[in-house]
Amino acid sequence: MSQDFDAIVIGGGHNSLTAVAYLAKAGMKVAVFEQRGLLGGAASTEELFPGFRFNTGLSDAGLLLPDVIDDLGLTAHGLDWLEAPALAFAPLGAEKSLTLWQDLGRTTEELGQHSKSDAQVFARYTQQNAAFGALLQEMAKLAPPSLQYKPLPLLLAWAKVAIRARRLGGRRMMEFMRVLPMGAARYLDEWFESVALKGLLGAVSVSGLLQGPRAAGTAFMLLYQQMGSTGGYMAMKTAQGGVGAVSAALASAAGSYGAEIHTGVRVAHILSENGKALGVELVDGSQVLAKVVLSGAEVRHTLVDLVGASKLAPSVMRRLRALKLRGSTASVHLALSGLPKFSTSDNDNERLTGDIVICPSLDYAEQAYDDAKYGRFSARPILIARIPSLLDSTLAPDGEHTLSITLRYAPYHLRGSDWGNEKERLGDLAVKVLSEHAPGLKKLIKQRKVITPLDYERDYGLTEGSMMHGQMSLDQLVMMRPVPGFVGYRTPIEGLYINGAGAHPGGGVTGAPGRNAARQVLKEI
Amino acid sequence: MPIGSPFHSRTDALCRTQEWREWSGYFAAISYQVSHEVEYYSVRNAAGLLDVSPLFKYEITGSDAGQLVDRIMTRNIGKCQVGQVVYSPWCDERGKVIDDGTIARLGETRFRVTAADPNLRWFQDCSSGLDAQVRDVSVEVAALALQGPNARNILKQIFTKIDLDRLPYYHAIEAKLGINRLEISRTGYTGDLGYELWIGADNAEALWDRVMEAGQGFGLQPLGLAALDMLRVEAGLLLIDVDYTSAQHARIPSQYSSPIEIGLGWAVDLAHRDFIGAEALRAEKQRGSLRKFVGLEVSWEALDELFDEVDLPPQVAGRASRMPVPLYAGGKQIGQATSMLFSPILKKYIALATVEAAHSQVGGRVEMEITVEYERKRAEARVAKLPFFDPKRKKALAHS
Repeated sequence: MSQDFDAIVIGGGHNSLTAVAYLAKAGMKVAVFEQRGLLGGAASTEELFPGFRFNTGLSDAGLLLPDVIDDLGLTAHGLDWLEAPALAFAPLGAEKSLTLWQDLGRTTEELGQHSKSDAQVFARYTQQNAAFGALLQEMAKLAPPSLQYKPLPLLLAWAKVAIRARRLGGRRMMEFMRVLPMGAARYLDEWFESVALKGLLGAVSVSGLLQGPRAAGTAFMLLYQQMGSTGGYMAMKTAQGGVGAVSAALASAAGSYGAEIHTGVRVAHILSENGKALGVELVDGSQVLAKVVLSGAEVRHTLVDLVGASKLAPSVMRRLRALKLRGSTASVHLALSGLPKFSTSDNDNERLTGDIVICPSLDYAEQAYDDAKYGRFSARPILIARIPSLLDSTLAPDGEHTLSITLRYAPYHLRGSDWGNEKERLGDLAVKVLSEHAPGLKKLIKQRKVITPLDYERDYGLTEGSMMHGQMSLDQLVMMRPVPGFVGYRTPIEGLYINGAGAHPGGGVTGAPGRNAARQVLKEI
Repeated sequence: MPIGSPFHSRTDALCRTQEWREWSGYFAAISYQVSHEVEYYSVRNAAGLLDVSPLFKYEITGSDAGQLVDRIMTRNIGKCQVGQVVYSPWCDERGKVIDDGTIARLGETRFRVTAADPNLRWFQDCSSGLDAQVRDVSVEVAALALQGPNARNILKQIFTKIDLDRLPYYHAIEAKLGINRLEISRTGYTGDLGYELWIGADNAEALWDRVMEAGQGFGLQPLGLAALDMLRVEAGLLLIDVDYTSAQHARIPSQYSSPIEIGLGWAVDLAHRDFIGAEALRAEKQRGSLRKFVGLEVSWEALDELFDEVDLPPQVAGRASRMPVPLYAGGKQIGQATSMLFSPILKKYIALATVEAAHSQVGGRVEMEITVEYERKRAEARVAKLPFFDPKRKKALAHS
C-alpha cells in the first residue's frame, strides 16, 4: 500500500465514492478505505441469500443529482435506469387500493375513484412540488453560508438560488417559505380530502425521521424527497442491478481517474496534531498520511471516536452530544419462491413496480410514531415495500423474487427491551402486516433477513442506525448541519472534512454531500 | 436568601455587627467587630480566621484525572507532585479566563480544585473521552483560612503529630482532628503566612472551636470580608468580577481577558502543552497582549493638593473600594483601576488596575480619576511592582 496521498476518504458509501471520484478527476491522489467487504454503505445491493440480491439500505436512487451523473460520466461506467410504470401502490383492504403512476393522467383517473376534488387538484399539487423540489435541489448543490462563513462566490451562488425562488412568482415564493416548516399532515390536509392519498403521501414525509407527519418540518421532508421529480410522490429511479449499481458506477468512475479503493480495511483513528489532520491509522496499526482527510462516516463517530474526544474543545463536544441521530428505520428482506399476490391489485403486476406502501391514513402514521416516542417499535408500522426483481431479473433466480420492506418506526433506543430480543418479532410483524394485503406471502418466503437500527450501526457503521447520519429535522438542516458552527464541510480539525449524509443537504442517494465536500476541498488546497 | 455555612453557628455568635454579605449563596461576615481594621491588623501582626466554605470545590478523580486537570489549567499540572498545590487560571477555547483557583493534588489520581464560580458543567464538558470524574464537593467540604504570622504556631498547638515547620508554601499535608481527617494547605488570599484547612462539613464546628481555643494568647481574631479585601489588594491578588470578568459572564469582546492580560502570564505554561485555550494564548504571545494588569501607587502629594483646593484633608476610603475608575495618560483614557485601598501598613494609596500595554512599565506615570467634593479630578499615580506587600514569612520555612 503506497503512503502519502493528497486525500484519504473514510468509508466507501456512495457519498464518499462521489467525493473520491471528484477529487481524483481533479488530479488528486486519493485513497478510500471501506471497512466492509463491499462498497456502497447504505446504498448497497447485497447477495443475502444465494441468487437473491437485495438493496439492504436505501432502495432507490431517484435523488441522485443529475450533475453527479454527468460530471462523472456514470452512464459510461455502467449505470442504467429501468422504467417503472408505478410510483406507489397502496393496498387499502376491502377491495380498494390506490396507485400513483409515472403517467399523471393515469394517476388522476385512479384518484377520481377516491375523490373527484383530489383528482382535480393533483396535477397542480405535483407542479407546485416539482417547482419547490427543483429549488431544493439547487440549494442541495451549494455549501450553506453562515454568519462565520460567507465567501463572496458562495453568496453569489446563493443569490442565484434566491433569484430563482423569486421567479416562482411572489405568491409561490411565499408559499414555499410557508410550507417548508409546516407539518406534512397540515400541508396535505390543505390540498386533499382522500384519507388514503394523504396517508400514502404522508408516509414519505417521515423518511428517516423519528417524527410523525404532524411534526413541524415534515413538509420539508415531503418536498426533499421530491427533488428533481414531477410525479408528486417521491423522486424515483431504479438502477439496473439494484441501488448498489450506483455505488459501483461511482467506484468505477473513481478508479478510472486513478483513485485507490480499499475494501475490508477499517480506519481505527484519524491522526491529528495541534488540531490538524495528518492522515489515518488503520486497524493493523499502519499509518497512511495525506494532506486532507474526508470522512463519509457520521460526524459524531468521526470526531469523538476516530479523532478522539480529548482532542476536541468542550464546546464542540457539547454540540456533538446534542446532535440528534435517532435511527428509527428497520428493514426486512425476503427471498420469495414466487411473486406475491395482492388482493387489491386487480392482478395488475404493473402496480407493484414501484413502492408498496402500507400507511392508510395520516392518523395511522401518527399512531405508529406514538409507540416510537415511548421506546417501542410501532404495533402497526408504516411499511414501504419493493419487489425490485419484478423489473430486474438479475436480482433473483428465474421465477423467484426479492422483496424488501422498509419499516417505520423501529427506534434505536428501545425501552425495556433490546434489539437482540425484538429483532425477529419485528420481522414477524412486518410479514404479518404485509400478509393482510398479500395473503399468500408467508408461504412464498424461502429466507428472511431482518436489519434493525442496531445492525445498521454495527454492520454498516451508521451511528444509532441513522441512515441520514442525523435527523433531518428543522434544527439540523442547512447551516445547522451537521452541527451549528461547522461550515464549508469542515470540522474543528483543520484538514478534516465531512462528506457524508450528516452534512448538507442530508440523506438519500443524492451524491450531494460528497460532491459539495470534494468541491470545497478542491477550492481550499 | 443565603444560608449559613457549616461554621455559621460560630460565626453568627461572634459577628457583633451582623454585617453579612452573600457569597455564593452563603452568609459571609463582612466585619465581626465595629471596626474591621482590628481584623486587618490581626492578620498582618497576629492571626485571623476566615470561613472560606462558600468557595466552590471540585474533586477530580479517575485514572485520567491528571490529564483532565492538565487539559483545563494553564499551569503544567504534570509538574504538580502529590501533596503540592498550584494556583492557576483556566480558560475557554479562545484563551479567555473563566475563573482562577487552587489545585491540590491529594493523590496520584485525586485533585481538589477551588473556584469562585460554579464550574461543574465546564469541567465535565472538558472530561469527554477521559476516564475522569468531576464531583462538586462544595457542600460536603468546609474550609477555614487561618492567616497571619502566628498562624503556624496556632496550628502547632492543635496538630502536634505533623511537621508544619517544614510544610513549604503551596503544599498540603493530611492531619487528624480526633478521629476526623482534614487537609492543611499552606495557601491563602492575604499575601501573608497562612494556611487553609479542609474538613468534612460535619466536623466543621469542632475545628472552629479548636482553632479559636488554640488561638488564645496568639491574638487570633475572626476575619471578615472587609479586611480580607484590603489584605488581598496589598498582596496584589485579583478578584473575579471585580478586577476581571469571567469569560462565562462577559458579553462584549472588551470584557474578556486572557490570563496574560490579568497578570497571570507567569501561570501560563505553553511549552509542549495542549490545554484548552493554548492555541489562542500562543497567538497572543506572538502578537503581544493589548492590556496588562498592574499595581498603582497614587501620589499622596497630588491627592493632598486636590483636596487642599477645597480646604479638606485627603479623603481616602477606610475599606478597599471596588468602584472602578478611569485612568488617563496624555489626556487619553488608557485603562481603569478596579480595586483601591489606602494601605494601613504601607501608608500608601494603592490600586489594582488594567492598562494598555504601552503604559504598563513599572515607574510609568498615569492619572487616576479622583472625586473631590463631587467633582472629577485626576491625581498622578505611578505603576508599581506587584505585590505591594510581600513579607518573607509568606514563603519561608520555620526557623528550627
